[in-house]
Amino acid sequence: MKARVRFIVAAGVLGLLMTGPFALTALLLFADAKDAERAAFAEFLLPRLPLGGFMTLLGFIGGVILLRNLFQQYVHGLLRMAETLRLMLGANRNFRVAPEGPPEVRELARAANDLAQQRDELLSDVEEQIRQAKATVEEEKNRLAALMSELALGVVVCNLDGRILLYNSRARLQFKALAQGPTSMSGGALIGLGRSIFSILERGQITHSLENIQQRLRRGSAEPTANFITATRNGALLRCQMAPVLGRAEPATEAGAAATPIGAEQHVTGYVLTIENITRNFEREAERDQALQTLTDGNRAALGNIRAAVETLIDSPEMEADYRERFTRVIADEAAAMGARLEATMSRFADSLKTRWPLEDVLAIDILAAAARRIEDRLKLPIKHEDQDSSLWMRVDSFSLIQAITFLAARLQDHYAIRELRLRLASEGSMVFVDLIWSGTPVSSETLYTWELEPMTVGADTSPLTLRDVIDRHGGEIWYQRDKAAHNAFFRIVLPAAATPDAPVVDQAQHLHSDSRPEYYDFDLFAARDAEGAGIDADRKLSELAYSVFDTETTGLLPSEGDEIIQMGAVRIVNNRLLRQEIFDQLVDPGIPLKPEGIPIHGITEAMVNGQPRLDVVLPAFHEFCAETVLVAHNAAFDLRFFQLKEDSLGLRFTQPVLDTLLLSAVIHPSQESHSLESIAERLGINVIGRHTALGDAYVTGEVFLKMIPLLADKGIFTLRQALDAAQQTYFARVKY
Amino acid sequence: MSHRVLIVDDEPNIVISLEYLLKKEGFDICVATDGEAALRLAAEFRPDLVLLDVMMPKKSGFEVCEALRADVSLADLKIIMLTAKGRETEITKGLALGANSYITKPFSTKDLVVQIKNLLA
Repeated sequence: MKARVRFIVAAGVLGLLMTGPFALTALLLFADAKDAERAAFAEFLLPRLPLGGFMTLLGFIGGVILLRNLFQQYVHGLLRMAETLRLMLGANRNFRVAPEGPPEVRELARAANDLAQQRDELLSDVEEQIRQAKATVEEEKNRLAALMSELALGVVVCNLDGRILLYNSRARLQFKALAQGPTSMSGGALIGLGRSIFSILERGQITHSLENIQQRLRRGSAEPTANFITATRNGALLRCQMAPVLGRAEPATEAGAAATPIGAEQHVTGYVLTIENITRNFEREAERDQALQTLTDGNRAALGNIRAAVETLIDSPEMEADYRERFTRVIADEAAAMGARLEATMSRFADSLKTRWPLEDVLAIDILAAAARRIEDRLKLPIKHEDQDSSLWMRVDSFSLIQAITFLAARLQDHYAIRELRLRLASEGSMVFVDLIWSGTPVSSETLYTWELEPMTVGADTSPLTLRDVIDRHGGEIWYQRDKAAHNAFFRIVLPAAATPDAPVVDQAQHLHSDSRPEYYDFDLFAARDAEGAGIDADRKLSELAYSVFDTETTGLLPSEGDEIIQMGAVRIVNNRLLRQEIFDQLVDPGIPLKPEGIPIHGITEAMVNGQPRLDVVLPAFHEFCAETVLVAHNAAFDLRFFQLKEDSLGLRFTQPVLDTLLLSAVIHPSQESHSLESIAERLGINVIGRHTALGDAYVTGEVFLKMIPLLADKGIFTLRQALDAAQQTYFARVKY
Repeated sequence: MSHRVLIVDDEPNIVISLEYLLKKEGFDICVATDGEAALRLAAEFRPDLVLLDVMMPKKSGFEVCEALRADVSLADLKIIMLTAKGRETEITKGLALGANSYITKPFSTKDLVVQIKNLLA
């Protein structure tokens, strides 16, 4: 339009330019002339005027044609070219400007084409590089996966929140073997991507080990790893090694990091746990220890008896005959007993393998500092440190030792109302003394003997170990002593000293802090940090949440009239992926006869449900399986109705948000007739296999849901809250209808 | 006047040797086979020295040792502890609780006699 206006203005100006000077000259001459001249002029001019006008008009038309051509070529041509250039910039990269029009415009078009060519080459170069990088990452991922699955050790990688980012099949098997009771039906205990490791391992133990590692890192230790043994809920023993995963400082500290040299700002972003079930080893070890002890301690006494008897006999030639016989009987009896003991121990020793509680060499003051923190934290009891030899190392299981010290402090506080505890460190030979000193009320040794045999309990923390167990595990001793001169009393724990380790090996330490990542590991797992925090944030994007997609099969359609659940299946979605390994699949004994008309639909027979667990066992297990995830089901209201009828009697509640694929389908395709799972799956191009088992339907529902997430985004629905609101609106709309 | 020695051990097979040996050395001997008897006899018999086994039923040697040391009237009493374990930590505990000496089984009877005589000298 603008060009058109400019053309009209230009034509007007051209017209004025062609007629203006002539008309003006005529006007001036006419004004200057006398009357007679004017009449003659008019008489001469007027009849000839049409010819002049015609010639002028011709000239004007010629001028306009010329102007129009110029406009077409230079203004419209350039505008057209601009449009094609826009097209090249956006929708169609391969489009090129056709060089047409005057030479100047053609030249411009050629230059633009060259630029586009250059850009395309750059772009495809970048794309090729991205593709190559992706391929390398993929290859490394596969290599890591292969490597991990071959490992005989269970491996679990967690971020600092304790969320599992990676695990191998051995870890899964180990925890599956451990799972007893309801959790075994979830096909591998509670190990799963995005799940919390604390449902399997004790939180305190993990936190403590992490603290240890961080302390070691700060000291520049060559081996910043921690070992611990932990007992699971069902009494199995796991030996775990924790190694830190180091990463760059968070962007928040970037300003600080920029000032410090590269590598110095590495910090722990997560950890790798290698886990080994040593329950059997440990039993063997205990047996072996016992064998060894009967061999040494048992025989020591017998040997003592023999030696004393023999020496008495030798030194007393004058001994009467009946005394002499009693002495020889002692020797014979003890020798025979020793023989028998040796025989018994040897046969037991044969099948015992060598394993030990892993005692670690630690700096004694570190343990005391950690214990002090724990006591102050848990008991609010002030701690003072006195005479602590900071060079002492000891060989201990730090977690249980700190538990023991805390336990003693708690007992002193509870029973003797002490207001302050002092910690002292000393050594003698190859022993380290840890003293817990308090003033005031003396304690009796008997009290300590009782405490030694009780399980260590501090507040809500209960350890299966007794104080005596911990002391024995270290080959240590504990006793109560009073220092009358100083008006105080103390418990002394004696522990084995460890050799002072050499100064940290600089090379290895450097290697650890260097920028190079381990060879078989290159994908950024730790970006998933906080991908699933505690609880569910309704304002998170749908694609970032964790879901449990589930389905149930039932005896019939009327829960309120006595129909029951006979099968439950569920699968998890984490990080926009359907995790086909992390499933829940369980038949349920309904406790009522199955309806014959239902059997062809779900294919479940009486024989299949007989002897299966009842819902009051299965539902709590399912509740645990889907903790901290959003529930997804097709026509969820139906399944939830069954749950709700049981919630009160089982004392559990499904409080998490629920998304219904039926309602979401109505949001996405409001004008479609059918929102049955089959129709939706067909619409979204999903292959339906294994339908009408609970797990099969859960898989289909899961895939449907994943396809729905981008379709919802097209409708402006991004977050969980938006999806819940939209679904609710359709629900109400349908009900009103 | 001869010194009195109280032998505390629940194993007759060692008691027989100790008793014979120490009698021969001219000590007055009394035998207790558990911790409680030991405390009772310590009060009645008023020994100069106690040979105390660690592993015993009812009361362990450590407990007996502590109880003896808590009794001010027995301040001069010497205590030798006998053990079949012989771990360093256990020995330290015995000495900390007031034993004068600590002997690990098996021991040489000659050494034992020498130790007793030294302590009573």
